[in-house]
Amino acid sequence: MTAFARFLKSLFLLELFKGLSVTGRYFFARKFTLQYPEEKTPLSPRFRGLHALRRYPNGEERCIACKLCEAICPALAITIEAEEREDGTRRTTRYDIDLTKCIFCGFCEESCPVDSIVETHIFEYHGEERGDLYMTKDRLLAVGDKYEAQIAAARKQDAPYR
Amino acid sequence: MMDWFVELWQAVPLGVQTVVIILLQIIAIVLPLMLCVAYLTYAERKVIGAMQIRMGPNRVGFFGHRLWGLGQPIADAVKLMFKEIVIPAGANRGLFLLAPVLSIGPALAAWAVVPFDAHLVLADIDAGLLYVLAVTSIGVYGVIIAGWASNSKYALLGAMRSGAQIVSYEIAMGFALVGVLMAGGSLNLGSIVRAQEGGVLHWFWIPLLPLFVIYFVSAVAETNRAPFDVAEGESEIVAGFHVEYSGMAFAVFFLAEYANMILVSGLTAIMFLGGWLSPLQGLLPESAFGVPVIGALLGDGIHWFIIKTAFFLFLFLWFRATFPRYRYDQIMRLGWKIFIPITIVWLLVVGVMILAGLPPWFDGA
Repeated sequence: MTAFARFLKSLFLLELFKGLSVTGRYFFARKFTLQYPEEKTPLSPRFRGLHALRRYPNGEERCIACKLCEAICPALAITIEAEEREDGTRRTTRYDIDLTKCIFCGFCEESCPVDSIVETHIFEYHGEERGDLYMTKDRLLAVGDKYEAQIAAARKQDAPYR
Repeated sequence: MMDWFVELWQAVPLGVQTVVIILLQIIAIVLPLMLCVAYLTYAERKVIGAMQIRMGPNRVGFFGHRLWGLGQPIADAVKLMFKEIVIPAGANRGLFLLAPVLSIGPALAAWAVVPFDAHLVLADIDAGLLYVLAVTSIGVYGVIIAGWASNSKYALLGAMRSGAQIVSYEIAMGFALVGVLMAGGSLNLGSIVRAQEGGVLHWFWIPLLPLFVIYFVSAVAETNRAPFDVAEGESEIVAGFHVEYSGMAFAVFFLAEYANMILVSGLTAIMFLGGWLSPLQGLLPESAFGVPVIGALLGDGIHWFIIKTAFFLFLFLWFRATFPRYRYDQIMRLGWKIFIPITIVWLLVVGVMILAGLPPWFDGA
C-alpha cells in the first residue's frame, strides 16, 4: 500500500468504522448467557463433583480398604485406616477426604476395584464452619445413600464406554 | 388551598421570589440529570454486555420483579452511600474532599446555558459557548487536585496524564467551537441552534463535518473515556487519579464523569445536529406539523434534543466496547499533530464558505 493510500485510510477512519461495524453486529447477536440458578448446563455422566461412598443393595458397604485411592490421590486428600471386622472381613475404620485439598481429578474413582468411592453430580455445596469440607466416612456414606439412584444411573449410562 | 399558596407567594419579597424560582429550575435540571447519570451506567453495562454477547445486569428489579435489571443503578448508589470514605493518612484532607466537588461542580454548572428547547433554558446568556468552554475547563482542577491530594504515586501519575490530555484536547475542541461560532454567527447556544433551522441538510454537521468529528473525538478524550482512558488505565495505574477514593467520594467522581459525557453529547447535538430542531423539517409538508399529537412529536421540541443526545451517548458506549486504549504518545500525537492542523485548515474553509454565502447554510445572513 502506498503511503498516500494509507494516509487516506487513516484520515477517513476506515479501520475504525470496520471495528465499529463488528461490535455493532454483535450488539444484535443472540446472547449465550445461561441464567444459572434457573437454567443449568447438562452434566456428563462422568462429571466429577462431591464424593460419595456406595453400598451394595444388601446394605453392606463396598469399600474393602485396599487403599488404592489413598495411594493414587495426587493431592494426598484421602486418609484411610482399616481393621479386621468381627466377621473376618477387612473394612475401614476411618475414611476421610479433605475437600479443600482434593483437586477432583477422579483418580480415586478410577482406581477403586469395587466402585465404592465415586464422584457424584453434586457441585453446589458449601461449608460454613472449619471442618465442614472435611468429609468423614459417615458423611460420605450418607451422601452415597442419598444419591444412590443418581449415581447408579450415571454409572450405567457410562458403562458401555469403559 | 390554592389561594393560600398564591397569597403566600405574593407576600414573599421579589428578590427572594427570583432566587426560589431559579433554585426550583436548577432542581428541575439536576434531578433528571442525576437520574440520567444513574441509568447511563446501566445502559453502559447493558450495551457493552450486548456487544460482548452477554446480557449485562438483569437481576435487580423492583418489588420482586426483575424488569431486566432496572433496579441495578439504585442498588449501586445505595451500596456506595453506605461505604466508608477512607482518607489516606498522608493525604491532604481538605483538598482530598474538595476535589470531587470541583470535579462535579462544573459538570453540572455548564447545564445552565444548555437550551433544551426554544424557550427552556436556565440562563440564556449571550456568551453561552464561551461560558461552557470556561466552566468545563475547571473540571481539570478536580482531577489534578484529587491526584495531588491523595499523596499516592499512581494517583499523581493518573492526574498528570489526564491533566495533560484534557489541556491538549481543549485546544482542538476550542478550535472546533470557533468554527461553530463562525457558522452560527453567535456565541449564544440558542442562536446557534436557530441558525441551523430547516431540516437535516441545514444542520452544521455537513459544512463542519471535520470539526464535528474532531469535536466529538476530543469530547471523548476530554471526558477520559475509552479509548482515551489512559488516565484511568486500570491495567497499568489501577484507577488513575481516583485510586484512593472510596464510597460516596468515589461516586461523585463517577457522577462527574457521566454528567460530563451527557453534557458533551448534548453540546454536540446542539452545535452540529440542530439541538431541539426536528430533522423532518422541510421534508414533510408544513401541514403535517399542525396535526394535534403527531405534529408535536414530528415538530421541534425537547424530545429531539434528548434523542440526539442519547445517540451520542450510545456512540460513547459503542466506542468503549470497540476500541483498545491508545498509547499515551499516540494520544498526544493525535491531539497536537492531527486535530489542531485539521481544525485550523477547516476554519479557513468555513471562512471561505461564509464569504461565498454557500447555500443552504450560509446564504441567510
